[in-house]
Amino acid sequence: MSLLKELLRAPLSAKFGLLVIVVYILVALFAPVLAPFGETQVVGEGFAPWGGQFLLGTDNLGRDMFSRLVFGARNTLGIAFLTTVLAFLLGGTCGLIAAIKGGWVDQGLSRVVDILMAIPQLIFALLILSVVGTTATSLVLVIALLDATRVFRLSRAVAMNVVVQDFVEAARLRGEGLCWLVTREVLPNAAAPLIAEFGLRFCFVFLFISALSFLGLGIQPPTADWGSMVRDNAVLITFGDISPLLPALAVALITVSVNFVVDWMLHKSSGLKEC
Amino acid sequence: MKSIFKLLGQRLALGLLSLLAVSVIIFLAVGLLPGDIAQAMLGQSATPETVAAYRAQLGLDLPPLTRFGQWIWQLLHGDLGVSLANQRPIAELVGSRLGNTFSLALLAALVSVPLALLLGMLAALYRNSWFDRLLNTSALSAVSFPEFFVAYILILVFAVKLNWFPSISNLSPNASLGEVLERSVLPVATLSLVVIAQMMRMTRASLINLLASPYIEMARLKGISQSRIIFRHALPNALAPIVNVVALNLAYLVVGVVVVEVVFVYPGLGQLLVDSVAKRDIPVVQACSLIFAATYILLNTSADVLSIASNPRLMHPKG
Repeated sequence: MSLLKELLRAPLSAKFGLLVIVVYILVALFAPVLAPFGETQVVGEGFAPWGGQFLLGTDNLGRDMFSRLVFGARNTLGIAFLTTVLAFLLGGTCGLIAAIKGGWVDQGLSRVVDILMAIPQLIFALLILSVVGTTATSLVLVIALLDATRVFRLSRAVAMNVVVQDFVEAARLRGEGLCWLVTREVLPNAAAPLIAEFGLRFCFVFLFISALSFLGLGIQPPTADWGSMVRDNAVLITFGDISPLLPALAVALITVSVNFVVDWMLHKSSGLKEC
Repeated sequence: MKSIFKLLGQRLALGLLSLLAVSVIIFLAVGLLPGDIAQAMLGQSATPETVAAYRAQLGLDLPPLTRFGQWIWQLLHGDLGVSLANQRPIAELVGSRLGNTFSLALLAALVSVPLALLLGMLAALYRNSWFDRLLNTSALSAVSFPEFFVAYILILVFAVKLNWFPSISNLSPNASLGEVLERSVLPVATLSLVVIAQMMRMTRASLINLLASPYIEMARLKGISQSRIIFRHALPNALAPIVNVVALNLAYLVVGVVVVEVVFVYPGLGQLLVDSVAKRDIPVVQACSLIFAATYILLNTSADVLSIASNPRLMHPKG
């Protein structure tokens, strides 16, 4: 009940953000029910106007725009979520272990991360994708690896503050193993900043994948995906038609919403009022 | 004063070291290719003898360390290798595009840095007013928009509806300066919007932190005028973080240019990179990545160096 009360007292921007996130998740889950046509089904002439049989018209190949938007939620959100989870598993685990073990483990991992972070992410991703080819699997793995470096930095920094506490020392002296130290001692005390970071990282990954797809190097056709939908229909904009902007708007809306919610969460957990 | 030179030396050495590490990674990336580059260039139908001869010609039969040395040596002499797609020297492909990309980034920087600093300072001074809230919310939104969204909105409004600027920025080699500038307006505006939001937020945050510190309150209690507090007491101490933010965002600009160039069909390095990735033209990708990564490292290192050099506390070490 206290959670509900907390939600009711949230600022308008956070409420709006939460609402949008819930709607997106529902759309992603029930995509096949909501969409009137199939994801890759060609249903009519290319670039049909809005209204009538096709709510938002059709795209360059004559596929229903609205259906593809709905399926795009599932594909784009799903891949971005999977990537973020992978990045957190890899980066978070390494960060916590580096903080607990210290010494050469910490030094080694930190230097590798330093080097990986010295290359701009987009450039690194393009370099690797040009070598291994652009498939969904390599996309997820490459971006997860690159993003894990950021997660590593944060989780190591947060865990560093926890491992010097007495209760961790006590657990060490009891002879608890690494697994216990990570999951029972450090993680519960480092959870709040990590959850907020998850939201920010998700936004970043989401924008990153959309940008790559927009460049034609991300999620490959015929899978419906917001970034490549903008690219495929961009020519319509020069005729003053806004339908290619809808997938871009969908991307913008979810990232703004997540940012609003994270902003509110950080504000709550820090407990300080900005003076 | 000694410690500051030591710090600066360390940063510079670190920058050089990461440059070396990055070039090793970019060099090694080719090794991940199934088969090798000779096979890729000659295609599937080549006989094993031709491939072997070609490998010898390219020097692929030499040990990796020697090849790395040669690669770096050639790079330093401006020889970037040959494109797989059309056999032209990469230096020729990169040449004019490099200038285009840097001038785009430079123009964006010239527009965005003064504007962002001014807005950040105003937001910090009038914090929690409606002006500050408006700036903050729009900055948060601008940060979360994908660049291509911003770009297409600008195209829709200024190129299609109002017809003020061209929607495509392809430059002909003999375009006049005025024409180049006119065609660069929309790409520069897109880049600036994204960077201004970030820089403004960070300027505001670092100034607010400072204005809450005891020595500012002391100055205020002494009855010093508001402008003197800002320019004599707060700004010198805020300079280090602000310089850092500016340099980091310039580094971001150099990379953010890639998407914007593709949207506006601007003949820059980013577009070459994207095309080459799609064609899997690895030597060109290598050359472009190296140029982007080197610029990025250079800017990041200068951010560190400048923030050390502009920190008044390091200029007067205790004891």
